[in-house]
Amino acid sequence: MIPTTMPRSTLMPNDRRGFLRGLALTGAVAAMPWRAFALDAGGARALIDRSLGEVYQVINSGQPAPQMYQQFEATFARYADVDVIARSALGPAARQAGAAEFAAYRQAFQGYIGRKYGKRFREFIGSRIEVTGARPLKSFYAVTSVAYLNGRAPMEVEWHVSDRSGQDLYFNIIIEGVNMLASERAEIAAMLARRQGDLAALTADLQQAG
Amino acid sequence: MDWLPSRRAPLWLLLGALAAAGCASQPVQRDGVSISDPYEAQNRRVHAFNKALDAQVIGPVANRLKGKGDAPRDPDAPIGPLQMVINAGRNLSLPVKVVNGLLQGRPGNAGQNLTRFAVNTTLGLGGLFDPAADGFGVTERDTDFGETLAVWGVPEGAYLELPVLGPSTQRDAVGQVVDLLINPLYHVLDGGESAAVFGLRVASKAGDRARFGDSVDGILQGSADSYAQLRLIWLMNRRHDLGEERAEYDPYDDAAIDPYAE
Repeated sequence: MIPTTMPRSTLMPNDRRGFLRGLALTGAVAAMPWRAFALDAGGARALIDRSLGEVYQVINSGQPAPQMYQQFEATFARYADVDVIARSALGPAARQAGAAEFAAYRQAFQGYIGRKYGKRFREFIGSRIEVTGARPLKSFYAVTSVAYLNGRAPMEVEWHVSDRSGQDLYFNIIIEGVNMLASERAEIAAMLARRQGDLAALTADLQQAG
Repeated sequence: MDWLPSRRAPLWLLLGALAAAGCASQPVQRDGVSISDPYEAQNRRVHAFNKALDAQVIGPVANRLKGKGDAPRDPDAPIGPLQMVINAGRNLSLPVKVVNGLLQGRPGNAGQNLTRFAVNTTLGLGGLFDPAADGFGVTERDTDFGETLAVWGVPEGAYLELPVLGPSTQRDAVGQVVDLLINPLYHVLDGGESAAVFGLRVASKAGDRARFGDSVDGILQGSADSYAQLRLIWLMNRRHDLGEERAEYDPYDDAAIDPYAE
């Protein structure tokens, strides 16, 4: 890992290009515009605003549910650091996985997230989420927001945004204290244990789950 | 109520259990969250029971309560009978929340809950409607004796899953019993009325279950290890509600995870 003493402002996206190319990720990453400046509160906030705007467009589009799930997945892939989320959820097993094996898992994980969280979209019809602020936290930014859902007390939703990937992307959502990354770590660990640690079998299960 | 522990002795037993809770076991870090679960085997048996109960009784009843109307409701439309039951039950939960607000040294919260109770019991026709929130913006400040204990500095203790009631901790389990003992309603009402109040509280909880059924089903029936998932989600949410400290997990600081590490 990067020594914490390294000044983060020197980590310009260009320094990372070679390394990222080596990661054999999807072509989509290379097609994304690189930001030429470091993450700040305004950038973190703007990312969440854009992401929420897209999600609400899908929710209000009135399309059939399976199409919505695909679009939620695409939005998730565009605005979230799926690589780090998928890796973190898998835990130490991610280190032992081969590149192709991991890529297949990561793709299945992304679809699972799109379906699992997408299925809750009805709760969000007629709702709104207001971004209320952003503050630096550890190596990243925490963007705070409040969700106003029908007939329910307002909920605090916090987004954790990092530029460690070379772009501003969120890697965690905390709803009323419930941390998505932590609950997915527990869930994926349980699914992997059920398959006696077989990543390919977990990947196949994830394609059906959510 | 006759069947409630009405003498003082059980309270002291509970407080003794609570004192023992502090030194129950070493919490372990799981998924960035501190969890103390020395009674896991017993808890998992209770969880299996609760899960079956939910699948076979509570869930179907709740779904029937909810009816077929899955479409989003117009917020300006008149509220249905389900919402009225939820409202009335919640309204009756307010007096004990006023007491807890005072015990916590939070008179503002206590006053807000008292105002809600007064307005909704009268203008809201016994709590069926919620003019306090709709007309005056006075919302509920949810609390209980478990929170009072937390404010007083009592440690959380071990995680417990209680039959029917679901996730709890040693501190919160004591709180739930004490809430019954200090509830002013049960002291001013007679046995039959108290039973009616209690019944309405249960119905209100069932109504909440009906409204948020999809989320409950997702965790209980859709998870690979629903016991661990529920334990984690409940503890994180409870600690958030009590304003207790949260460990911020940073995957980029985790050498085993960070793909950008060189």
